[in-house]
Amino acid sequence: MIYPDKNVLVNEVDALVKKYGSGRESLLPILQDVQRKFGFISDFAMQEIAHRLDIHPVEVYGVVTFYSFLSTEPKGKYVIRLCKTISCELAGKEAVAKTLERELNLKFGETSKDRKFTLEYCHCIGMCDQGPAMLINEQVFTKLTPSKVIEIIDSLK
Amino acid sequence: MPIINDTIFFDEKAHGEALEKALKMSPHEVVLEIRESQLRGRGGAGFPTGTKWMLALSAQADKKFVVCNADEGEPGTFKDRVLLSEYTKLVLEGMVIAGYAIQAQKGFIYLRGEYAYLLEHLLNYLDRMRKENRLGENILGTNYSFDIEIRLGSGAYVCGEETALIESLEGHRGEARNRPPYPVNTGYLGYPTIVNNVETFACAYIVISKGAQWFAKYGTEKSKGMKLISVSGDCKKPGVYEVPFGIKIKELLELVGAEDTKAVQIGGASGLCIPMSEIERNISFEDVPTGGSVIIFNKSRNMLQVLRNFMEFFVEESCGQCTPCRVGNKKLLEGVEMLEKGICTHHYLNELIELGKTMQIASKCGLGQSSPNPFISIVTNFKDEIMSNYLGSGNGQ
Repeated sequence: MIYPDKNVLVNEVDALVKKYGSGRESLLPILQDVQRKFGFISDFAMQEIAHRLDIHPVEVYGVVTFYSFLSTEPKGKYVIRLCKTISCELAGKEAVAKTLERELNLKFGETSKDRKFTLEYCHCIGMCDQGPAMLINEQVFTKLTPSKVIEIIDSLK
Repeated sequence: MPIINDTIFFDEKAHGEALEKALKMSPHEVVLEIRESQLRGRGGAGFPTGTKWMLALSAQADKKFVVCNADEGEPGTFKDRVLLSEYTKLVLEGMVIAGYAIQAQKGFIYLRGEYAYLLEHLLNYLDRMRKENRLGENILGTNYSFDIEIRLGSGAYVCGEETALIESLEGHRGEARNRPPYPVNTGYLGYPTIVNNVETFACAYIVISKGAQWFAKYGTEKSKGMKLISVSGDCKKPGVYEVPFGIKIKELLELVGAEDTKAVQIGGASGLCIPMSEIERNISFEDVPTGGSVIIFNKSRNMLQVLRNFMEFFVEESCGQCTPCRVGNKKLLEGVEMLEKGICTHHYLNELIELGKTMQIASKCGLGQSSPNPFISIVTNFKDEIMSNYLGSGNGQ
């Protein structure tokens, strides 16, 4: 596993605790920012955060593993989340899914070796009238077709 | 019944200046106005908003909180996304009105992580409100102060349940709490808290602006006002529709250009699947309730595939805290797999329906209580189709 430089992480956690406060209610915003910046939340990061908030690391681990947008394993620079809920499925999700798997040479749930792409399914992202839809990090893409997907992937490669 | 083209949300001119009006009233008067309108929560459960606010107003505490539930995760629902991005004023000022009504000092918007792209727009809007003195210290020159903070969710459907949402705000796993005590007494950090849907705040804004009497003209006896419906699936014109409560499903299908329809899923994954023989039923809390999701299936669709999609959803999104939901949903999904293979006996299917009914009673929160709904309604309404599914081509292979 690739750990970010420990000093960088410690400084980041310090800054986040300063920004959000050291109460338990700051835990999620801190974790979300660490996830965004480092692509995952390492054991070391969980221990550091737990220490600052004066809670047990297991509490932090429990929270990280509960939420699907937080992860203990490194994610790619681009996290692609394809909606698999019924409206998108009816609108042709399967062809989009196959295209993504083929073009990225990844299965759903995998991250590429160069840590550029992570491919995942997600549940309804509220784009049911414009499906199939997917999120790439925080950006939303709608009315996907296989050729549109290829175009999007090429622009990120 | 009022004509369908009569809209509240989608008519900018109909909005008025509710915040100015509310701040000239006493908090008690604001709550009474909401109560008189008979506004019910728009998230799906339909709890009377006026009652909720009255309980929070009468609770004694140094701090109180207002929470806007923007964790719109129900499959097929996207009306809150449209309200937040295009009718921001109604929602945010509706929150300030709610804050004033219960005498809260702080509000949270719990915005689902999937909608993070709306964050910048909302933050800008909040800044604008602060500059215009519609938020912050001494709002509009009165001695009432209130501020709003946005918190992001992290991809958990169950956090749309109000006590799970509060747990999440407090930095915990999003696991529902036992109720009572209710959040109006013991909410965020143990203080009185109201949690309302995005659309409910927008409705409250309109009630104050146009008056309770005006609002209560629309809808049915027990479901007042207009409802935003997110329509998706097999129809010509998917999107968000504003309709009066009491609209027949048949009328809605005509409105959105649905043809060759086989069934309509109302209320999302946790809602009911209505076959064509029941489309004279209406959308209201008395008959078929919905938080806003309508998904249309045409005759080419395989209902077992639909059911499988819903059950996979619940198995993944159950928080696992209570047994009926954690194990029950797995059993129902296994039942779907047996149906796909054609090895589910009629006797076992009935047992699964009974299991579903047990889950409705025994689950701790709304997720588990409503997750058997699609199973029971699809299995009951389309029994011949799903029992012979393994013979057909679309057998989920």
